[in-house]
Amino acid sequence: MDILEFLSYGFIRRAMTAGSFIAVLCSVLGVLLVLRRLSLMGDGLAHVTFGSVALGLAMKVYPLYVSIPVVMISSVGILKMIERAGIYGDAAIGIVSSLGIAVGVVIASASGGLNVDILSYLFGNILSIGDAEVYISMFLAALVLLTIFFYFDEIFSMTFDEEFAKASGINVNRINLILAVLTSVTVVLTMRLVGIMLTSALLILPAVTAFQIGRGFKHTLFIAAASGVTSVITGIFVSFCLDLPAGASIVLINFALFFAAFSLRRFNVFHG
Amino acid sequence: MQAVVSAQDFSCRHNSAEVLSDLSFEVGEGDYVALVGPNGSGKTTLIKAMLGLIKAAKGCIRVFGYHPDEQEEWSKIGYLPQKHLSFNQGFPSTVREIVGLGLPAKKTLSGRNREADIEAIDKALELTNISDISHKLIGDLSGGQQQRVFIARALVNEPKLLILDEPTTALDPETRENFFSLVNGLNKEKNVTVIFVTHDMGTIGKYASKLLYLDKRIIFYGSFDEFCRSDSMAHFFGESSQHIICHKHN
Repeated sequence: MDILEFLSYGFIRRAMTAGSFIAVLCSVLGVLLVLRRLSLMGDGLAHVTFGSVALGLAMKVYPLYVSIPVVMISSVGILKMIERAGIYGDAAIGIVSSLGIAVGVVIASASGGLNVDILSYLFGNILSIGDAEVYISMFLAALVLLTIFFYFDEIFSMTFDEEFAKASGINVNRINLILAVLTSVTVVLTMRLVGIMLTSALLILPAVTAFQIGRGFKHTLFIAAASGVTSVITGIFVSFCLDLPAGASIVLINFALFFAAFSLRRFNVFHG
Repeated sequence: MQAVVSAQDFSCRHNSAEVLSDLSFEVGEGDYVALVGPNGSGKTTLIKAMLGLIKAAKGCIRVFGYHPDEQEEWSKIGYLPQKHLSFNQGFPSTVREIVGLGLPAKKTLSGRNREADIEAIDKALELTNISDISHKLIGDLSGGQQQRVFIARALVNEPKLLILDEPTTALDPETRENFFSLVNGLNKEKNVTVIFVTHDMGTIGKYASKLLYLDKRIIFYGSFDEFCRSDSMAHFFGESSQHIICHKHN
């Protein structure tokens, strides 16, 4: 099959468009989360997404509309547990994450068990994405990226050294809150791409790939975004040609890119 | 003349223990204050309180006339934290990017990329003699080079108040001497107010104009000359220690 024929399918174009936007978003935010040692934030919030999707399906409401506010509240909850209650970040994520799964299982069980709808959210189904979801993804991705650009100096400062950022007059609490909200939106969008189970992979893998190659903060963000988009486009192509699940294919391509970057770095290809 | 830093009955607690007790002092424009005292005496706590990182339990502390929560003159303050070398060594940032962090954050899509910012960064790199490594990743540098990067970050904004918390710990003797000369030059030629936390009372005595000796409360605050003439300080430190400090100062 040639590329033009492959691209002639509407569902492929939709998957690639929405997937690329989401990949850029995940990669940029992933760099920030990994550097702040909050890599598993995405995993924890994805588990909350499971609970909120179950709730949405049980209420017969489009799950995205329930997930975004619920995951935002959970994300801010994690932040407040770390800031106010002095609970370690990984423990706070663990608490919210297990609560999300438990609520999801209870709701799914009460509403007749794990059905096909929930399973499609667990493992993602980017090829079934509709026009409306493409536009929502593009709009939210653009909003999140613009916010990151607008607060870039503050976010960069805080990511490197939170105490110095505070001592420079940066309102660290406000930026943390903004990042928590952005992470929530990103996790919910990513759920459609690779599924709840693999969301954290799309946040972490492009970031750690970029760390092998990056020669500066902005350069690292750019490499992460390029790696994320490459994995989505290649993953969808491989999945279509070999009849494999798209989400898992994207994650495996991501791992292959990381492994290649890691190996090349070991041989000092990038850093001389 | 308005004091650059002023504290009134300032006390600070950690858990239930009082870390700093009833401090009242003023630092004037152009002063070079050596902030000294034993480990756990509250030196870093005092500095953090000035920067709003720690809240007062009682009294208040003001910098440029502002309470830390209402501070509007952040760009006039240059700060070198004590634990600046405990950052993530794998952080993917260049020296130039790290030095730029000392500039005020700008809410524009271009961020800190204006011509004036680029010039300010170049100047700070030159001043600290690290222009040749400006494109290297911070994690690829030695401890001494990293220290100079953070000194450049503190200086990039041409601050009017420089707060340095044990800045010379990772520096070799030559770089340390150059650093002392650099800070001394800024103090004497540009009237920059300096608060310098150190355990090296002998060396700092050569440069600082005032000594603030802290041990949870103020043990001594005054000029080095007053310190050297003080019988109570001779008694407190022992005459030989006082002599060593004052000998270098003179």
